[in-house]
Amino acid sequence: MSRSWRLALFILGASGIAILFFLALRTVPSSNGLGDRYAQQINSRTFPERNITDAVTAVNFDYRGFDTVGEEFILFVSVLGSLLLLRMAEERKEKLLIDAAEPWRDVGPSDATRLWILSMIAPKVVFGMYIITHGQLTPGGGFQGGIVLASAALILYLGENFAVFRNVLSRALIEALEAAGAGGFLLIGMLSWFWGRPFLTDILPLGKAHELTSGGTIALISMATGLEVSAGFILLLYAFLQENLLPSGEK
Amino acid sequence: MLLIQLTILALVAISGTIVVLARDVASQPTVVSLFGLILALMFLVFQAPDVSLSQIVVGAVGLPLMILLTLAKLRRDAQILERKAQKEKSE
Amino acid sequence: MQLPASHAVLDFSGYAVAVWLFLIGLYGIVSSRHLVHLCLSLTVVQASTYVLLVIIGYRPGLPAPVFTDGVQPGSPAVDPIVQALMLTDIVVEATVVALLLAITVRIHHSAGTADPKEVDMMRG
Repeated sequence: MSRSWRLALFILGASGIAILFFLALRTVPSSNGLGDRYAQQINSRTFPERNITDAVTAVNFDYRGFDTVGEEFILFVSVLGSLLLLRMAEERKEKLLIDAAEPWRDVGPSDATRLWILSMIAPKVVFGMYIITHGQLTPGGGFQGGIVLASAALILYLGENFAVFRNVLSRALIEALEAAGAGGFLLIGMLSWFWGRPFLTDILPLGKAHELTSGGTIALISMATGLEVSAGFILLLYAFLQENLLPSGEK
Repeated sequence: MLLIQLTILALVAISGTIVVLARDVASQPTVVSLFGLILALMFLVFQAPDVSLSQIVVGAVGLPLMILLTLAKLRRDAQILERKAQKEKSE
Repeated sequence: MQLPASHAVLDFSGYAVAVWLFLIGLYGIVSSRHLVHLCLSLTVVQASTYVLLVIIGYRPGLPAPVFTDGVQPGSPAVDPIVQALMLTDIVVEATVVALLLAITVRIHHSAGTADPKEVDMMRG
């Protein structure tokens, strides 16, 4: 189908959607009343039932923990898929041959950039761990903190080159950590089976409010998720960077 | 407050349009990063700090990085294919 | 509870922005000339769902559902369930876009071009 036909068909469909939208807006209820009772129940119960002050983390890892298991495994499988797709053996040999014919000079970052970047790695790691562990008290949790940790690994690559990145974060270790994170979530959920309760029930002692140990399994699940998300993103970096290796080896 | 919310919604719509209308791939990382930041601001204005945290790190760091790496890889691949075609032509 | 008219304005503009983003993202996908641009238009379509969910969960005048720093536990707050949905969704969709970009790299490698029209995948 040629481009103009495709566009014409699209504009037809889009105007249909727009017209239906404006007709529907007359009778849609105000958003203030949608789902109000469920939200009020959760908001009033997170503190007394779980000693958690961040309702969103409680919903994510406790009240709707089963959905989070699914989402985490979507992440796991997508990372797996990207790694598989970007693993090309014969193309690399071809590229090495062609690159060896013409020397490729890798101009690394300047000293000022390196100083600034390398001094930011430690604060980023600490900040990432802070967000992961304080997920149940303030906005944060496994997902956000995991990506902050992964960004610390990323700026290690930006400040140095790929060889240093590969030596510091060996791929086998990161893969093991990701598996530990994903499996850890499931294992913590299965802990409750030993007490005769359903999957992912919060059975550990709830701790005091406003402390890191509040919420029982929520803290543990948050840490497992943070591990998995950060390891997953570092593996994605590996997948995309795999090919940019110099022919004569590491620098 | 309502004015701020309406403004940020308009900004979201405008930057979304810019992401689609900017056809040149070399400008995509910047534009997507900007869109991500404005979305994160919108989440903040509508009282969703967790979501805003997520969106900032993903949309301003993770996504543009992957786009840049993809573009670098595409360019490398194009160079390789070109050199292979030249080699075949000279044989 | 009688709502002020300003909330109706906010509702309408929120839904309008969501539909606008959806349609413009679809337009980007349909008329794109580079596969990377196609993946990023998909990001815009994803953003339309986030805008819709945020508008659904918002209650005017109430604080965020984090009960520290002066917000007493049990007091009314914004809907936390919708935020939980969005939160995991953002991270996971970024990974899915990474998968799509990986597919783009493969297509470019085997077809030599990144233009969706030129890619002739059904070659026998």
